[in-house]
Amino acid sequence: MKIEKKDIEYIANLSRIELSNQEKETFIHQLSDILAYIDKLNQLNTQDIKPMAYSINTTNVLRDDKLEPPISREDALTNAPSTMGVFFKVPKVIE
Amino acid sequence: MLSVPSVAIKLLKVVNMEYEVVIGLETHAELATITKLFCGCSTKFGAEPNTHVCPICLGMPGVLPVMSKKAFEYALKAAVALNCEINRFTNFDRKSYYYPDLPKNYQISQNYYNLGVDGYMNMSVNGSIKKVRIHNVHLEEEAGKLIHPEETGADYSLVDFNRAGVPLLEIVSYPDMRTVDEVESYMQTLRKILLYTEISDCKMQEGSLRFEASISLRKKGSEKLGNRVEIKNLNSMKSVIKAIEYEAIRQSELLDRGETIDRETRLWDEVGEKSQRMRSKEESQDYRYFPEPDLLPVMIDEKWLSEIKNSIPELPLDRKQRFVKTFNLSDYDAGVLIEEKVLADFFDECVKILDRPKAFCNWITNDLLREVKDRKLDINSLLIKPKQLASLVEIIEKGTISSTIAKEVFSEMVQTGNEPQKIIEGKGLAQISDEGLIESVIDKVIAGNPSVIEDYKKGKKNALAFLVGQVMKETKGKANPKMVNEMLIKKVGV
Repeated sequence: MKIEKKDIEYIANLSRIELSNQEKETFIHQLSDILAYIDKLNQLNTQDIKPMAYSINTTNVLRDDKLEPPISREDALTNAPSTMGVFFKVPKVIE
Repeated sequence: MLSVPSVAIKLLKVVNMEYEVVIGLETHAELATITKLFCGCSTKFGAEPNTHVCPICLGMPGVLPVMSKKAFEYALKAAVALNCEINRFTNFDRKSYYYPDLPKNYQISQNYYNLGVDGYMNMSVNGSIKKVRIHNVHLEEEAGKLIHPEETGADYSLVDFNRAGVPLLEIVSYPDMRTVDEVESYMQTLRKILLYTEISDCKMQEGSLRFEASISLRKKGSEKLGNRVEIKNLNSMKSVIKAIEYEAIRQSELLDRGETIDRETRLWDEVGEKSQRMRSKEESQDYRYFPEPDLLPVMIDEKWLSEIKNSIPELPLDRKQRFVKTFNLSDYDAGVLIEEKVLADFFDECVKILDRPKAFCNWITNDLLREVKDRKLDINSLLIKPKQLASLVEIIEKGTISSTIAKEVFSEMVQTGNEPQKIIEGKGLAQISDEGLIESVIDKVIAGNPSVIEDYKKGKKNALAFLVGQVMKETKGKANPKMVNEMLIKKVGV
């Protein structure tokens, strides 16, 4: 798979990061290299191999519907970049 | 803005003439667990902002979610009740997008192995049964709540994360509906199923039940679906219907002008009763679903599944059909009874005690519902018990009290939860069937109303009703009306 500038821009946009032109060029090469490396897997025959998303053989880790104490509102808000009264404050959401 | 009457007329034109309206619904229901999906924070509605939160539901770095067994089972129950195929291996996936109400910048949802797929729901539409296919049923987490300040020019929004992480069930239908009647029935039937299975409290005003509609139009007879438009921000069933009507007309007008329909998402404006474009297909989001590495998959074995199956009660439509068949109730009456599970349960209990289905049905659908409405009672914590209503029906049949008095006794029973016998004795309400006693009252009434007696003898028939009324008044409604009538006629002579 060939990585183009527009792919880098698309990914940057999804990640909400700004990149300079120079960075874009750098990432085109770096990402291309990574994908080329991963692409080696395609040399193997995986026809009868089921996709695997979990590397340990455990399932059904569930908890009971039991209340646990919350943290205080003060603690909840303390690390927020911006707050107002009892709320987290965020840039205006355009509806 | 289109006014309502013109909408109705135009929609008829749309539906009846050239186009077929194709509608699918996405339903979100908050599950009735005590705690959130991945942490032990409370799900209780209406708490002080940001007090039901912890590092997990706030999405702080390094925290690990653990799935609630109850939430999972509720979702499974819904999937079974909606006749889905159950994926015996199911997992959770991250759905990535940025929005300030989503603390982790991804929502834990399901995409690759939904809990339930390819189900269906039967519903009753204008007296016949219609089947709507269910595409999938899956479990995910709620987002927080955004508050938009009312001050003009405010450049900020506020966030309350109490709701973030509440377990949310999503039910996606196939686009199998064609009319607003079908949509209405779909919403009502689904709501009742969720209430009967006790999966969700379905309070639309608190947002625990929400609908999104997708609508497309096609020429009648055409197989190919038109481009669909999704409508969000529908806060009530009424809004859903209005938005669909609006959208059907909007699309038909575009098509009439030879224009094409853009595949897009629109927001319903409740006040203006119109929709506005939110985003087009081109701007549509890339969610980059991938398996959630912090949660292990869930396997559903035969034993677990059969436990869930056994926990599902008789569903509303089956119950309605049973009421009609077994007890010979009208379709309408059975419909009123099953509207609320507690009422249907109440009725079932009553007929188990005494085989008078019609009488119980009348008391419940007329008198009980009126009392509940007038006195603003909570239908889920009624004081009156089925056994007591059965006693009342027996007492009426024995002739101990008249039907008028019975209404009074019933009202008292609903308010106090007291036994009917006790109320009748305590208030001295028992019917008077003592001939001597009635006769003495009749004599008194005759003596006091000579002119009425004259009128009656001259042929004024309604004078008799007046006299009966006077006797009933004297006895505070307790005299046996049949006896009063007969004895009066005898006394006054025809």
